[in-house]
Amino acid sequence: MTEPIKPPPPPAANGAQHNGDALLQVTALVRHFPVTRGVVFRHQVGAVRAVDGIDMSVSKGQTLGLVGESGCGKTTTGRLLTRLDEPTSGTIVIDGHDVTHLGPGKMRPMRREIQMIFQDPYSSLNPRHTVGAIVGAPFRLQKVKVPGGIRKNVQELLELVGLNPEHYNRYPHEFSGGQRQRIGIARTLALRPKLIVADEPVSALDVSIQAQVINLLEDLQDELGLTYVVIAHDLSVVRHISDRVAVMYLGKIVELADRDLLYTKPRHPYTVALLSAVPVPEPLTSPSGQRQRRQRIRLEGDVPSPLLPPRACRFHTRCWKAQEICQTEEPPLAELIPGHQVACHFPENTAPEPADDVPIPAADA
Amino acid sequence: MPGSMLEVRDLRIHFQTDDGTVRAVDGVSFSLERGRTLGIVGESGSGKSVTSMGILGLHHGTRAEITGEILLDGENLVGASPVRVRELRGSKMAMIFQDPLSSLHPYYTVGAQIIEAYRIHNDVSKQAARQHAIDLLGRVGIPTPKTRVDDYPHQFSGGMRQRAMIAMALSCDPELLIADEPTTALDVTVQAQILDLISDLQSEFGSAVIMITHDLGVVAELSDDILVMYAGRVAEYGSAADIFGRPDHPYTWGLLSSMPRMDRERTTRLVPIPGTPPSLIKVPSGCPFHPRCRYTHLTGGRCDTEVPPLREAGTTGHAAACHLTAEQRRQQWDELQAGKVPGQGQAGQPSPAAQGPVSQGRAEA
Repeated sequence: MTEPIKPPPPPAANGAQHNGDALLQVTALVRHFPVTRGVVFRHQVGAVRAVDGIDMSVSKGQTLGLVGESGCGKTTTGRLLTRLDEPTSGTIVIDGHDVTHLGPGKMRPMRREIQMIFQDPYSSLNPRHTVGAIVGAPFRLQKVKVPGGIRKNVQELLELVGLNPEHYNRYPHEFSGGQRQRIGIARTLALRPKLIVADEPVSALDVSIQAQVINLLEDLQDELGLTYVVIAHDLSVVRHISDRVAVMYLGKIVELADRDLLYTKPRHPYTVALLSAVPVPEPLTSPSGQRQRRQRIRLEGDVPSPLLPPRACRFHTRCWKAQEICQTEEPPLAELIPGHQVACHFPENTAPEPADDVPIPAADA
Repeated sequence: MPGSMLEVRDLRIHFQTDDGTVRAVDGVSFSLERGRTLGIVGESGSGKSVTSMGILGLHHGTRAEITGEILLDGENLVGASPVRVRELRGSKMAMIFQDPLSSLHPYYTVGAQIIEAYRIHNDVSKQAARQHAIDLLGRVGIPTPKTRVDDYPHQFSGGMRQRAMIAMALSCDPELLIADEPTTALDVTVQAQILDLISDLQSEFGSAVIMITHDLGVVAELSDDILVMYAGRVAEYGSAADIFGRPDHPYTWGLLSSMPRMDRERTTRLVPIPGTPPSLIKVPSGCPFHPRCRYTHLTGGRCDTEVPPLREAGTTGHAAACHLTAEQRRQQWDELQAGKVPGQGQAGQPSPAAQGPVSQGRAEA
């Protein structure tokens, strides 16, 4: 399909996990948005450090979950991966091609390989186009000749995502939220991409519909061998669909681990706090029948501004374990045990036995 | 229940539109006592917000037709004069809205908005009201309230805005506090802070709280009793322990099994509710849930003809509107817990009947 544009660069040797069959390899990725003053004499007075040096890789057929609170840079990361935005520095290698600084023309053939699922199924579909036009647009834009014609292919796609192929000529407003998200997914799949970046694919949907779309995404992955990067703030959804999970805080990955390791033995204090903050759908009552609140780690205050992030470890301003060194020396994202990378000077859950001082939601069921 | 602070009896709120009558709320009854929290759960369009706005008299001046009774300490608010409802609103009952950014006025300082609310209902000097506002902001956990009182909403973070909203709602010590999705727009760590705050303030003020949300986790954390709504009607009502421990309605089962759970073993596959929520203009005949229900074959064809009454089965105070017998409910729930789902072959795919585009009555509040 596409000509190799550039041979992949030699793998960087800075702690990022290397994987022989990595479809996506991100190294030291940075995106700073300049903040300027002045109208006539524009000058830069600072930068929003949205993404500030992240390393990660995703193997073929895997799902990487990217979690974090708003403002942590997860959406910007997604936009960089799909090259809807250009990185300030760092490299993005997709399937052996360095796409970091490709221009729009050179990027276009690569776009067949990387597609995106958007959050809001209401604003990501053009209300004046029919479903057929929306799902068929990738073929037309990429000038792809498909055997059997576009219409037949679109109808197959609609069927693949669980919609009625006869609805080819209907408009988005005739569909419900979950069905619209299916239309968006059909469009994403049109060119048979290898990598799909899904930015909050289910957060705009009702719970019962969420499950339908999550199951659909999993079925499609099995059927088509897709690789996903799923960006979400809902930790239970991420746990359900991811193989590996990266936790972001203020533009950095603070923990990256296999799903079960991360959820059963989180090591970074931020991850521990994040997991303990998730409300559990199981009422807690005292022996006398009184309603009780779960004990959880309360993080004080808000996430600091990415305009002026705290020095060294960015979490030290809210961390209950912070010490001198956390303010002076930045902890690297290091692999403590195979498959588990943490950027912390004083990680949790390092004892061989599960530590008792940390209430992990999974432990009280 | 005589002596209840709030008693809602057979509340119906209908809207006349060009497409037909939207039955947003269709026969809802519940009661609430001081110091208790009622959680109202349901998907979008189930009528939960319309109900709460009805209680506060916020449908005045719209085309809403309200029948039934809303008794606040014995005083019927349906048909009460707008002047009287206005007197009560803000002083005796108050509301915390979902999106603090759009419900705070951007032109006025946070302090001015709290002072205004306080002075409408209390004859106090500006100075005293200002002091009251500062106290309240401190109470809800805003750091340095003396200076922050003069800030504009945009200078507050999302969590702080929601705290300011809560301060405003509490300004006149309301006896009934309605929180409409108070944490939906917030990150999990901030959500945990706000839920703690609401819970602490409730025990301090002893007010009754109605918590409206689609998040079953949030309901489980805070509620004593839970009302599950579907298509403008009550599907199930009971204590939190009943609803989560032994739910009686197939819709509640669907909600519980369609969400990924962090507190349980990870399941390989979610069990979604098939289909989509119905239009409130054309509510299905009989039980409104029957087109999506997996258990209609057990009731001898009554589901699509006969509206099931809300009745208790077994435990007092725990009622469900379903034709299944108590025995069947117990058996089916146990099977579902064991992972057996009727018609599992097509789980995840909407049934053909539910696939057609829906002409949704967009009647959500």
